[in-house]
Amino acid sequence: MWKRKDLLGLKELSIDEINMILDTAVPMKDIIKRTIKKVPTLRGRSMVTLFYEPSTRTRTSFEMAAKYLSADTSSLTVATSSVAKGETLIDTGRTIEVMGADVIVIRHESAGAPHLLAQSVVARVINAGDGMHEHPTQGLLDLFTMREKKGDLSNLKVAILGDILHSRVARSNIWGLTKFGAEVRVVGPSTLLPGEFKKMGVQVFHNVEEALRGVDVVNVLRLQKERQKKGLLPSLREYAKIFGLDQKRLSLAKPDALVMHPGPMNRGVEIMPDVYDSTQSVVDEQVTNGVAVRMAILYLLMGGGTGNEIIN
Amino acid sequence: MNLIEKAKIMDADKMRRSLVRIAHEIVEKNKGTENLALIGIRRRGVPLAERIAKLVKDIEGVDLPVGILDITLYRDDLTTLDYQPIVHKTEIPFPVSGKKLILVDDVLYTGRTVRAALDAIIDLGRPQVIELAILIDRGHRELPIRADYVGKNVPTSNKEVIAVNLTEIDGVDEVKILEIAD
Repeated sequence: MWKRKDLLGLKELSIDEINMILDTAVPMKDIIKRTIKKVPTLRGRSMVTLFYEPSTRTRTSFEMAAKYLSADTSSLTVATSSVAKGETLIDTGRTIEVMGADVIVIRHESAGAPHLLAQSVVARVINAGDGMHEHPTQGLLDLFTMREKKGDLSNLKVAILGDILHSRVARSNIWGLTKFGAEVRVVGPSTLLPGEFKKMGVQVFHNVEEALRGVDVVNVLRLQKERQKKGLLPSLREYAKIFGLDQKRLSLAKPDALVMHPGPMNRGVEIMPDVYDSTQSVVDEQVTNGVAVRMAILYLLMGGGTGNEIIN
Repeated sequence: MNLIEKAKIMDADKMRRSLVRIAHEIVEKNKGTENLALIGIRRRGVPLAERIAKLVKDIEGVDLPVGILDITLYRDDLTTLDYQPIVHKTEIPFPVSGKKLILVDDVLYTGRTVRAALDAIIDLGRPQVIELAILIDRGHRELPIRADYVGKNVPTSNKEVIAVNLTEIDGVDEVKILEIAD
């Protein structure tokens, strides 16, 4: 039985809780494939998205997931809201809550902002990305895609390639995959991949060829150009040459290895166009699976009865 | 909730005979098996639908398609339940549009499960007709729903519970009346 009020990160979720989300996402994916993509499950419930950072797919994915379950949705554009007048996160959250929101989906540039909000409101809170900390729904959709394509997660060898330092996706992936016992390798330039990552139970590589040898999955991360102002990279061209995933490097992985990317992509920088468009790429399926996983999360957080013992 | 066994109202033989009769009635009422398909409501409606399909094959020599319907996402009582139902897959491997569908479940009680099932099926297409086959009708309807095929009518009180056990799930074929202990 699902008992959590909020979904804040993969770090605190148990294997059973992760499995419950992934199992619930399986029938949800069937709904997306139907002609009538709507079930009445969350009729009368409401979800508000509160995004302090830009987003295309995460916000749209949440909105579509809620709509497929018949929940009402509303999105608050921070740039044109009272946040611009200096309203605090807690006050904004409470305002949304007293308007009747059952769930608030928040993206914030600061790590821990969703946790603060979750403690301040009765509404359910879903972390849609907080700073460099976690992006749990992306992590879960990545696990769902790997489990769907490869079966058991515990036997997998997964390489996460790119800007690990700034990546909340990488952290959520690492926390999720290592719980299942998967072998996780992280690879990137040393300026974007400090050695402390070893403490998270992963193998740290700075040589792409070594890291990709024999892996089942290559999860390529977006080079976060907006966070590169500190001079951590000499040039994009050099990064592409040394760390970009091309066919030659991909051939070192298992022949049926999956290529994943959370998007949006810098084509020709961290991933070459022919790799992205190859049959090994499951990037489009990740996007579809993202809707299914978010439907599952919304159902688990909002679909239950009132008698549950809820834990924060 | 403490439950006390009050009576056993069906054993394996009685259950089989009821299902044989339902299979005959389905074939007779529909004048054969053309365009017929069975849909079992999870969970115990599914093995019952499979058994009826097998009995129809014994009678008519025709394999009827069987689908599995999960109605969790269509329930009208999610917010009032004190537990959260697990969502399972709906697996209907044939187009429902234009079909004569026989919806199968173990117990018909308030009618809310059937209502949810009708909504779920209609979201998948437009069947020509939907009929309802039930092993036990225990009364207490809250919606204007009735079964076309009934294994056994069992008038019950609200304090009683009908427990249908099937070999495929419970290891034994039997139907019992249980009573909630005070």
